[in-house]
Amino acid sequence: MFINFFLELRQAKVPASLREYLTLLEAMREGVADHRVEDFYFLSRACLVKDERNLDKFDRVFGKCFNGLEFLSEETTAEIPEEWLRKLAEKVLTEDEKKMIEALGGWEKLMETLKKRLEEQKSRHQGGSKWIGTAGTSPFGAYGYNPEGVRIGQDKSRNRRAVKVWDKREYRNLDDTVEIGTRNIKVALRRLRQFARDGAELELDLPDTIRSTANNAGYLDLKMVPERRNKVKVLLLFDIGGSMDDHIRVCEELFSAARSEFKHMEFFYFHNCLYEKLWKDNRRRHSEFLPTWDVLHKYGHDYKVIFVGDATMSPYEIVYPGGSVEHWNEEAGQAWLQRVTAIYPKVAWLNPVPEKYWEHTPSIQVIRQLMTDRMYPLTLGGLERAMRELSR
Amino acid sequence: MKFSGTDSYVATEDLNVAVNAAITLERPLLVKGEPGTGKTVLAHEIAKAISRPLITWHIKSTTKAQQGLYEYDAVSRLRDSQLGDARVQDVRNYIHKGKLWEAFTAPERPVLLIDEVDKADIEFPNDLLLELDRMEFYVYETRETVRAVNRPVVIITSNNEKELPDAFLRRCFFHYIRFPDRETMQQIVDVHFPGIQKELVREALNIFYDIRETPGLKKKPSTSELLDWLKLLMAEDLPADTLRTRDPKQLIPPLHGALLKNEQDVHLFERLAFIARRERGGN
Ligand SMILES: Nc1ncnc2c1ncn2[C@@H]1O[C@H](COP(=O)(O)OP(=O)(O)O)[C@@H](O)[C@H]1O
Ligand SMILES: [Mg+2]
Repeated sequence: MFINFFLELRQAKVPASLREYLTLLEAMREGVADHRVEDFYFLSRACLVKDERNLDKFDRVFGKCFNGLEFLSEETTAEIPEEWLRKLAEKVLTEDEKKMIEALGGWEKLMETLKKRLEEQKSRHQGGSKWIGTAGTSPFGAYGYNPEGVRIGQDKSRNRRAVKVWDKREYRNLDDTVEIGTRNIKVALRRLRQFARDGAELELDLPDTIRSTANNAGYLDLKMVPERRNKVKVLLLFDIGGSMDDHIRVCEELFSAARSEFKHMEFFYFHNCLYEKLWKDNRRRHSEFLPTWDVLHKYGHDYKVIFVGDATMSPYEIVYPGGSVEHWNEEAGQAWLQRVTAIYPKVAWLNPVPEKYWEHTPSIQVIRQLMTDRMYPLTLGGLERAMRELSR
Repeated sequence: MKFSGTDSYVATEDLNVAVNAAITLERPLLVKGEPGTGKTVLAHEIAKAISRPLITWHIKSTTKAQQGLYEYDAVSRLRDSQLGDARVQDVRNYIHKGKLWEAFTAPERPVLLIDEVDKADIEFPNDLLLELDRMEFYVYETRETVRAVNRPVVIITSNNEKELPDAFLRRCFFHYIRFPDRETMQQIVDVHFPGIQKELVREALNIFYDIRETPGLKKKPSTSELLDWLKLLMAEDLPADTLRTRDPKQLIPPLHGALLKNEQDVHLFERLAFIARRERGGN
C-alpha cells in the first residue's frame, strides 16, 4: 500500500531494501504506529533509513508523498558580492569597456543582467553566446580568459588559470552513495588490504592447535594463522570545489569504495592546496574547520596519507604565503605539504588529470616534486601503483 | 507494555515509536548519536520501564563476536590434561558463556545492550548477523544448539566511529538521537534535578548553547556535561544572576571546567568571548 512511497525513496537514493519495506508493513500490522500520521512517519523512518545522512532526503520524499508538498531542490541561488564586483571591474576595465557599460544602461542595469544570466546559466548547463565568461560577446566574457582575472558565477570552471576566484561556489559535499562503477576501484582497494595483510603477524590458533594435538595423540602440534584484523589506517585528503568540479565524480567513486575497506579511515577536505585548515563538512567549512596541525598530531605516523586532487592551480598558491585564492595563508602551501611528507612515511597523491598533461602544468610538477614523485593518475593502474607504494 | 520514557528519562515521540517497534517485532534497535545523548542510559531505562533484567555487553576494539557467544578455554584444558585432572573429560568445564548466550537462556525475557558496537573491528557486526537474526547459535565443542527461549530486546549503540555493514543495518530498526533542543533539554534537566531554580536553568542553558555554537571546539559539551555543571552550580549555591551579569574581567562562565574539558577549548572560547565583548562595546 505504500509501495509508491518506497519507490520514490529509492528514486531519491535512500537505499531502502525490500526487506526493510516488509518490516514496515509487519510493524503496521502489529499496530506499532497507531495510525496517527506522525507515528507512521516515525515508524517508517526507523524502518527505512539507517544512516542519518539520508534523513533529509527521507523527509523530503515523505512530504512529497503524504502532504503533496513541493519537492524542494537543493539548489540555492548564487550570491554575487555586488560591491566587490563593481570595484574590481572598475579597476580592470578599459575606458572603452566602461563606455560600453554606460551604453548598456549603467551598473544597475548591468547587475540585473548579470543576475539574470546567472540564472539562465544554471538552468541550461550548456554553452551559448549569452553565457557569462564564455565569450567575448558578453560584457563579462573577457575576465574568464584573463590570466589575472576572475570567474563569474560559473558552475563549471573552464578556465583553470584564474588567480582569484570569487564565485559563490556551491561546494558539493562528497557523499559516499555512488556505488555504480566503483567495482574496479574496490578491487584495487582490496588489493591494498591484501598487501597489508601479507605483512600481518602470525598468531597462535588455539582451537586448531588443541584439535590437532588431540588428533596427534597428545603430541603438541602448534597451528598458526595470520592475524585476522584489518590494520590499515588511512587519512584521505580531498580537494573540493573550483577546478576539481570536472573530476568530482571520479573522486566520489573512490571515496565510496574506500569507506568499507579500512579499519580506520578518516577524511578531510581542502581546497586546491593544503593550508592551515581542513574541514569535514563542506557546507559548514567556514564555521567548522580543524587546524591542520591538530589533524597531523591526532593521526599517528602509521596512517597512510592519500591526497586526491588535480594539483592544478596557479603555482603561487603552492609556493607563496598568501597565495591561496580564498584566504590569507600565513605559510605557503608547500610548507604544509612538506610537513605531511615529513610526518608520514607513506604518502601518495592521486591525480584525476590524465598523466600525459602533467608535464604541461607547472603546479602539478611542483606538487609532484613535493611528493617525491609519489603522484599517480586516478586510474585502476595508477591506484595499483599507489597502493604498492603505500604498502611497501 | 509500551515504552514512553520514564520518570528519569525523557524520550521524544520518535524514539518511543522506534523502541516499541523493536520490542514488538523482536528485532534489534540501533541507536546512534553524539556522545552524551543518552544512548547507553536508554537501554537501562527500557529495562526499568518494562521491568526486565538488563544484560550489558560493552564492546571494545579487541572484542570479537565469538566472545558474545562463548569462549572455549583451551589453554586450561591443555594444562589440566598434562596434570591428569579428571575435569578434562568434560569439555563443558572449559566453555564459558558469553552475553548472548546469557541473554538467550535468561529465565525472563531480558534487555540486551550491545554498547558502542562501532568500537570493534569492521567484521564484528557481520559476524553476529545470524545469531541476532535467528537468536540461536551452535556450540561445536559440545554439539549443541543454544536457542533463545524468549527473544531479548536488543539495543545496540554506536558513536559513529565506523560505518556499519548494510546487511547488519537492514536487520535493525534505526534511531538517530538528535542533540536535544532547548525544550527537551529543559525537560531532561527537570528529571535530573526536580525543583531546580527556573532562573538558573534558563541562564545556564543560554550559556550552554552559546558554548556549543563556538566554532572549532574539539569537544562540544554534551548533556552529561551540562548536568555536571548544573550540579556544581547548585552545590556552590551561586545565584542565577551571577551567570547573567558577568564580571567584565571574567570572560567565561563560573565553574566552566565542567563544560569545557580541554585547555585549548577554554582558550578558544576565551578568545571568542573577548572579541564578542569588544564588538558589543565593552559591556
Ligand atoms: N533524554 C534523556 N533523559 C534523561 N537523561 C539523559 C537524557 N539524555 C542524556 N541524559 C543524561 O546524560 C548522561 C549521558 O548519557 P549516556 O547514556 O551515557 O550517553 P551516551 O551513551 O549517548 O554517550 C547521563 O547522565 C544521562 O542520564
Ligand atoms: Mg554510552
